[in-house]
Amino acid sequence: MASGPKDETIRMNSSTRGPSLLRFAAPQNFYPLAGRLAPWFAAIAVVLTLAGLWLAFFVAPTDATQGNVYRVIFIHVPAAWMSMFIYLVMAFWSAVGLVMNTRLSFVMSQALAPTGAMFCFVALWTGALWGRPTWGAYWVWDARLTSQLLLLFLYFGFIALTRAIEDPRRADRAGAIIALVGAVNVPVIYFSVKWWNTLHQGASVSLTKAPSMAATMFAGMLVLAFASWAYTLAVTLWRVRPMILERERHTEWVGAVLDREGGRT
Amino acid sequence: MLSTFLAVLRRDLLLAWRGRADVMVTLAFFVIVVCLFPFGVGAEPNQLRAIAPGVLWVAALLACLLSLHRLFAQDYADGTLEQLLLSSEPAVLWVLAKILAFWLTTGLPVVAVAPGLALVLDLEQGALPVLAVSLALGTPILALLGAVGAALTLGVRGGGMLLALLILPLFVPVLIFGAGAVEAEASGTGALAHLLLLGGGLAGALALAPMACAAALRISTD
Repeated sequence: MASGPKDETIRMNSSTRGPSLLRFAAPQNFYPLAGRLAPWFAAIAVVLTLAGLWLAFFVAPTDATQGNVYRVIFIHVPAAWMSMFIYLVMAFWSAVGLVMNTRLSFVMSQALAPTGAMFCFVALWTGALWGRPTWGAYWVWDARLTSQLLLLFLYFGFIALTRAIEDPRRADRAGAIIALVGAVNVPVIYFSVKWWNTLHQGASVSLTKAPSMAATMFAGMLVLAFASWAYTLAVTLWRVRPMILERERHTEWVGAVLDREGGRT
Repeated sequence: MLSTFLAVLRRDLLLAWRGRADVMVTLAFFVIVVCLFPFGVGAEPNQLRAIAPGVLWVAALLACLLSLHRLFAQDYADGTLEQLLLSSEPAVLWVLAKILAFWLTTGLPVVAVAPGLALVLDLEQGALPVLAVSLALGTPILALLGAVGAALTLGVRGGGMLLALLILPLFVPVLIFGAGAVEAEASGTGALAHLLLLGGGLAGALALAPMACAAALRISTD
C-alpha cells in the first residue's frame, strides 16, 4: 500500500508527455482542468435553464386534458432521466476504477452520487405534486415510481457506505462494488416491479401521456435536459476538486496549489 | 478443491451446532415477527389470509438480514478470514461453502417452520407447499446477495444499519416473486411462473454473488 500510489504517480507522469487525453487521469492534471471547465458548464447550465423555463412557461401551449399542471414535466422528466443516467455513469467510473486502478475514477463516481440522489428526489417530489391533481393521490405504487424510489435507496446506500469507511482506498473499492451490484440489479428491479404491478392490479393509471406532444413542449423538455447535464458536470467538477486535494494532500503539487490559492485569498 | 469446500462447510456447520442458541434466536425472531401482525392489523381471518404471504416473506427477509452479521464477523475478528484469503484455494469456493452453511443454519429452519406458521395466519392449505418451495428457492438468493453486503460492511461503524440500507433494495425482486408465488397459488392462477423466475434468480445469484463477495472480502481485509 505504501508503494502503490507512488508507482501510479510515476506511471501517470510518464504518460503526461504524450498528447493523449488519458493524461487527465492523473489528479494533478485533472485538478486545473476541472477548475477551468466548471465555470463554463455552470454558465451553460444557467443560460439553458433560463431558455428552457421560458419555453416551458411562456411558449409551450396549455395541455388539452391536464391544463397547466402538466408543466411539471419540464422539471420532472429531465430529473428522472438524469437520476438514471448518473447511476450508469457512476457504475461506469466504478468499473473503470476497479479494472484500471485509477484513483480519479473513484473520486468521479463519488462526486456524482449526491447529484444523482438529488435528481432522483426531485423526480419523486415533482411526480408527487403532479400526481395529486392528476391521479388524485400523491403516491401510487406504479412500477416507475417504485423503481425510482428504489433507485434513491441505492444512491443512499452508496453514499452511506463510502462515507462510513474511513480508509479512502477501501471506501473507493467497496463503493465501486456496491455501485456495480446495484447496476446489475437495476434492470431486475425495474422488471420485477413492473410485473408485480401488472400481476396485482390492472394498470389503473399509466404514466404514458397524451400520444402527441407539441413540438415546443418537447423542445422545452430537451433544453432543460441539457441544462441538467451542464449543471451535473459543473457541480461534479467542483466537487471533485476539494476531494482531489484532500486525497493528494501529501504530494508536492498540492502543497504548491495550496500556497498559490491560499496566498490569493 | 471439493475437499476445501467440504472442510469449510463442515467447520461452519460444526460452529453453528456448537452455538445452537444463535440459530434458535433467528428462528424465534421469525416466529415473533409473524405473530406480531395480528395484534397490529386485527385478527379478522380474511384480512390475515390476504396479508399472510407478504408477512411471512418480509419476516423471513428480516430474519435473514439480522443474522447476516454472523456470516463473516467472527472469522474477521479472529483472523480466520485473512488466513483463508491467503490460502491458495480459490476464494469463490470457500465463500460459497460459508454461504451454504449460513443458509443451512438460518434459511432452512425458516423454510421448515413457515408452513406451520402460515396456519396461524389462516393461509389456504393448498398454498403451503408453494410457500415452502418459494422460500426454499428465495432464501438462498437472500443469503447470496446479503453475503456481498456483509462482506462490504465488515468492521465498519454502524455496520448493521448500513447493511440494511445496502441490501434491502436488492431484496425487493425476491420479495415480489416469493410472496407473489404464494398469492398466485392461493388465488388459483398458478405459481409456476413466479417459481421459475425465482429459480432463474437463484441460478444468476449463485453464479455472480460469490465472485462479488470474494472481491468484497479482499477489499475489506486489505
